Amino acid sequence: MDPTSAWGMVWRGIAALITLAIFSFLWRDNPVYKFIERLWVGVVTGYWTMLLYYTSFTDKVRVPIFEEGQWWYIFPSLLGVLMWFRLSKKYGYVSRYALAFYIGISTGVFIPLTIKTSILYQVQGTIRAIDPTWTGIMFGIAFLGILCSLSYFFFSKEHTGVLGVSSKIGIYTLMIGFGAGFGLTVMGRVALLVQRVIFLRDYGIDLLGGGL
Amino acid sequence: MGRTILFLLLATLTLLLLPGGARSAPEPPARLTARDNPNDSGHGILLEWEAPAGAESILAYEVFRLPWRPESEGPPHAPDTPDSVWIQVGTVPQVEDQRSLEYVDEDDERMLGTAVNQHFVPRNGSVYYRVRSLATDGTRSAFCPIVSGTAIGNWFHTQRVNALVIAIILGALMVYFIRKSAGGIKLYIRPIPGLAHIDEAVGRATEMGRPILFVLGTGTAGDIATLAAYTILARVARITAEYQTPVLVPVNDPVMMLMAQGTVKEAYLEAGRPDLYRPENIFYISAMQFPYVAAVNGLMLREKCATNFYMGVFHAESLLLAEAGSTTGAIQISGTDQVSQIPFFVAATDFTLIGEELYAASAYLSQDPKLIGPLKAQDFVKAAILLIALLGVLEATLLSSQWVRSLIEAH
Repeated sequence: MDPTSAWGMVWRGIAALITLAIFSFLWRDNPVYKFIERLWVGVVTGYWTMLLYYTSFTDKVRVPIFEEGQWWYIFPSLLGVLMWFRLSKKYGYVSRYALAFYIGISTGVFIPLTIKTSILYQVQGTIRAIDPTWTGIMFGIAFLGILCSLSYFFFSKEHTGVLGVSSKIGIYTLMIGFGAGFGLTVMGRVALLVQRVIFLRDYGIDLLGGGL
Repeated sequence: MGRTILFLLLATLTLLLLPGGARSAPEPPARLTARDNPNDSGHGILLEWEAPAGAESILAYEVFRLPWRPESEGPPHAPDTPDSVWIQVGTVPQVEDQRSLEYVDEDDERMLGTAVNQHFVPRNGSVYYRVRSLATDGTRSAFCPIVSGTAIGNWFHTQRVNALVIAIILGALMVYFIRKSAGGIKLYIRPIPGLAHIDEAVGRATEMGRPILFVLGTGTAGDIATLAAYTILARVARITAEYQTPVLVPVNDPVMMLMAQGTVKEAYLEAGRPDLYRPENIFYISAMQFPYVAAVNGLMLREKCATNFYMGVFHAESLLLAEAGSTTGAIQISGTDQVSQIPFFVAATDFTLIGEELYAASAYLSQDPKLIGPLKAQDFVKAAILLIALLGVLEATLLSSQWVRSLIEAH
């Protein structure tokens, strides 16, 4: 659809009004914001219902079991059905079996993954030589920060003495890192705001026939 | 002088004409083999071959296979079936001096939307391959002899033995400390800033006669941070039951909603006030991040919540929630293991549980041996990691070797 056609302008106008309605929250909670909030939640609920129907029920139940004959998909499907027992006061406990299975599987998947990505990769990346170059010195400082930061997360020992000092340096190191992360992300958010303001400006220009 | 110029001209002309005249197809790759790709779920085949003589003129190798088709559409394609059409599945560049080359053909999707995925690698089914060389001048060799391979699912990932060793050591330490703790030996856990203020925050809401908001984040019920958040929710719910203050828990996932309802209900029972439990206060909003935020922000303003808790997995919504909550004047306590979101919570909430403090908080609050034991065990593993990193860096700096690093190499 041509964005400058009559229908294009109507749709863009709706998008511009919704954007302004969401921005109105900055002033205070108001009926327009309430309406758009509910509209958004409603649209998304409808969208997700259909999305889940196709990506979960069709792709994982109907097609594998009834069209491809992969009967073993019946077992996870039955676990899904167990969740519906939640609606019954008498047999509500049955849904816990499905939940237990879900949590158990998730934990089993996450533990090796976490060991790999959060421990092994990190230690592997940390081990390198501290050479007498500028980069080497910077790495040495960073390495000290890593050791101190890690010491902050010792929970079974009181943070006094050497551990107290190192954990103090550790929390300062963490805060420096958080500050850098904060600045970086805020820049990203400002870019998003600029993008939205440009959208509103362009719509305004097109609406007034380029007269601005 | 004239003869020299004539010689140079002739030589240049010869050089210009030579490549065209001498252009010949490169040699096909040698000793192609196809076997099951190790350490996968059975949808990958590893192809290996050797570079032929004259590999310096080869740019890349083109890998072809016979397409997959579902059983319902006929028997698998074989090289001698008339309707077999070879499809290219990959290109492997020839890196200078490299003699042994390999390519992993893996694909576990049988269908792409409604279309059959011809690149699917079936488990326990044969797939036929052939490879040819592509020279730098664009000419292609003949195909090497056809080979076939069968993908098999592997139960054991041989390159994750180090992760297994860590898991076993951690598990053994956990069992040891859980038993020790359950046996009545008091294991020390340092106070966690932020947790001490939970009672105070709930008390404030009670005094003001306003509800408490507990946001479990936008993760899933299986996330470790979400699981830790349930323990804190249980603690908060128990206090709110004692103080008769409503706690609102808007969630973004139906499974999380069921688990949160169970947690709060149990906490009310433990507090001896099951009559105060309101399942409708733990409700599903939306699975999508920003509509969820819009609704929670509206809830904060309309219900005038006096205390907001943000515990669990958070993404881009962290600042949107914490900032909106801050404008309402509520006391805010947050905790997440998402490193990229901690800065926003640190900046916009009153108290923040940083990373692992969230896990430790659940142990600290519950004083349950099953949670305290693992925390103690984790500290030992952390000390070991710290020591390994220190030894590794010292070894790399002083001895210029990488033995320690190779021990923990993750693939």
